[in-house]
Amino acid sequence: MLELSKVTKAYAGSAVLRSVDLRVPTGQTTVIIGPSGCGKSTLLRLINGLILPDEGIVRCMGVTVGIATALALRRRIGYVIQDGGLFPHLSARRNITLMAGQLGWALARSEARVKQLAELTHFPTAALDRYPSQLSGGQRQRVALMRALMLDPEVLLLDEPLGALDPLVRYELQTELKALFDALDKTVVMVTHDLAEAGHFADEIVLMREGAIEQQGTMTALLEAPRTPYVERFVRAQRGLVDSFVKSPG
Amino acid sequence: MKFWRALLLSLSLFCCAYRAPADAPVVVVGSKQFTESVILGEVATQLLRSNGIEARHNGQLGGTQFLWQALLSGEIDLYPEYTGTVVEEILDGALQDKGDLGAVCRALAARGVLMSKPLGFDNRYALGMHVARAKELGIGAISDLRGHPQLKFGFSNEFMDRADGWRGLQRHYGLPQQEVAGLDHDLAYRGLVSGSLDVTDLYTTDAEMQSRQIQALEDDQAYFPDYHAVFLYRADFAKRRPDAQQLLQRLEGAIRQESMIAMNAQAKFDKMPEAQVAADFLRRALGIAAEPRLQSLGASLWRHTTEHLLLVGVSLTAAVCTAIPLGIVCAHTRRLAQVTLGIAGIVQTIPALALLVFMIPLLGIGGLPAAVALFLYSLLPIVRNTYAGLQDVSQSLIESADALGLTPWARLRLVELPLAARAILAGIKTAAVINVGTATLGALVGAGGYGQPILTGIRLNDTGLILQGAVPAALLALLIQALFEIAERRLIPRGLR
Repeated sequence: MLELSKVTKAYAGSAVLRSVDLRVPTGQTTVIIGPSGCGKSTLLRLINGLILPDEGIVRCMGVTVGIATALALRRRIGYVIQDGGLFPHLSARRNITLMAGQLGWALARSEARVKQLAELTHFPTAALDRYPSQLSGGQRQRVALMRALMLDPEVLLLDEPLGALDPLVRYELQTELKALFDALDKTVVMVTHDLAEAGHFADEIVLMREGAIEQQGTMTALLEAPRTPYVERFVRAQRGLVDSFVKSPG
Repeated sequence: MKFWRALLLSLSLFCCAYRAPADAPVVVVGSKQFTESVILGEVATQLLRSNGIEARHNGQLGGTQFLWQALLSGEIDLYPEYTGTVVEEILDGALQDKGDLGAVCRALAARGVLMSKPLGFDNRYALGMHVARAKELGIGAISDLRGHPQLKFGFSNEFMDRADGWRGLQRHYGLPQQEVAGLDHDLAYRGLVSGSLDVTDLYTTDAEMQSRQIQALEDDQAYFPDYHAVFLYRADFAKRRPDAQQLLQRLEGAIRQESMIAMNAQAKFDKMPEAQVAADFLRRALGIAAEPRLQSLGASLWRHTTEHLLLVGVSLTAAVCTAIPLGIVCAHTRRLAQVTLGIAGIVQTIPALALLVFMIPLLGIGGLPAAVALFLYSLLPIVRNTYAGLQDVSQSLIESADALGLTPWARLRLVELPLAARAILAGIKTAAVINVGTATLGALVGAGGYGQPILTGIRLNDTGLILQGAVPAALLALLIQALFEIAERRLIPRGLR
């Protein structure tokens, strides 16, 4: 389904990805985790062709990502970014249906799909005609998710989708999203820097560091069989916080 | 979307409005930018009209070269001229015997232009001084000026530049004066009276001479040639409209020196409209019941308003249609942006008057050259704001549009332009307000508008007339500002307000 072979990408001379090989299993949720600047977002943007690799090949749904194929591919890939990337001049409804309108969807079909998505994401239909500036942070991310799902894509890419939300809303959305991914049976690739969140969503986790993959496997594998000292440190650091907090009152 | 629909609507509206006037066989009379020429133009026009020939007076257009070019290019059929000007300015002093009118006619005919017989009066150049000042210094003739190098000379700009003007005069008489200023003819008279000037050029039919106690110095070494008033007309006009030409012959020898001075005085001091002065003359001298087409204040205000709006509307619409695409291209190619904004900036620094003069040889006279000049001035604010507005659209929104699978064109139309709409609209507003002010200069090239009463007001020293143009122009600028505020409220997407 998704495959990167020997992909290298540099910005202004400094390497962001160094010969990365990655296979993402179809129909599962894969979470890419790592410190900031490790190349996780770049990897995501290579998949839908927002950027193209300097070397190596990215294949998505059997198609090699390139200038000629990117446009058609993007319509089969949903993409959600941290602040939602909603267009401020369009209502929530118009944001969601923009691309469908371009593809000539009939109004009735479009409306039915929006209604279905609103139910799926627990978004109040009354708020569909509000503008992004009139919505809460959680509502905005729900609209962004609906927009990404509108054309029923086979692949869903999420770049820290919950990163900018306050903890309560974040927790609520984590639970809902997990149920949603399980129900939809899509290939999901999510980027986060929070190990607990990764564990919550992931069928498989990809831990990255300085443009290379340190380890790919299940959460259990990462915890119990870290392949490098870095993986061990990373896991310990993130677990340590929680553990020490839980233990200390006792 | 609303924005583009509104733009399209206004474009088609203005295109309809600016259709060329129907090409009826109208006789077009031109006249120069001074009162006597305007009166003579009116006399000819009304004479034709009173005999059922449709004629239009394209009045107060500019100086000699301007009228001559307009005649050669067929923009006008005839205009009043002076033999001395023909010899010195138009034929470049190439004739052997400057007094031989037959030779002048032949030289003109070679260029496809015919000359009428003299109309009867002679309006030659002279140098004038205030009577009291001349008496005090004991100056009666031009050669007397040699002994007074300290005198301040001020000449009309045309006289400064003409072949038979100041330079030739200075050589001919060997005048020592160095301090010579170029200024408006009417201002020069005021300078003489106030004492800030000692000597200026004047015309021997000027109405001011009597009323302001100005004395013409004797041309004792016969420098200035004869300046018999005549009509110049195109040879093809004589063929096309022999009836009109025959009619105009009735004016030959019919206007005496005193009549002309009196007519000038009526227009200048009694504030009588030139059309009325001309009609009175035709009735008195030729027994013709001419009907001056006098416009009421309301009617002339309406005419100037429509002319002005048309100028502003056409130039602004064309600028919007050019500058927005240009701004879009600039936003996507940085190098082109620098070049385009640089060029537009340079155009902006060209003085409006100079730009209009550049336009005349290319586009003739009337609304077109004025509209093109205004168009050029409108480009910079719109291009710059379109460019800046598009540059300000956040990168993450552009990426979101791309990630949805929008084509580049759809992204521009649905995302980038709506987000830049406020900046673009502000640019158009700036251009519109600048345009309303600058369009008043259009009257200099015969485009009409609010500049027409302003120009006439300056010529006749009539503040009321100047205000008749200046006040509505200012009001129009305010109105346009208000309209744009409303448009902004309707066109800017709700989510951005």
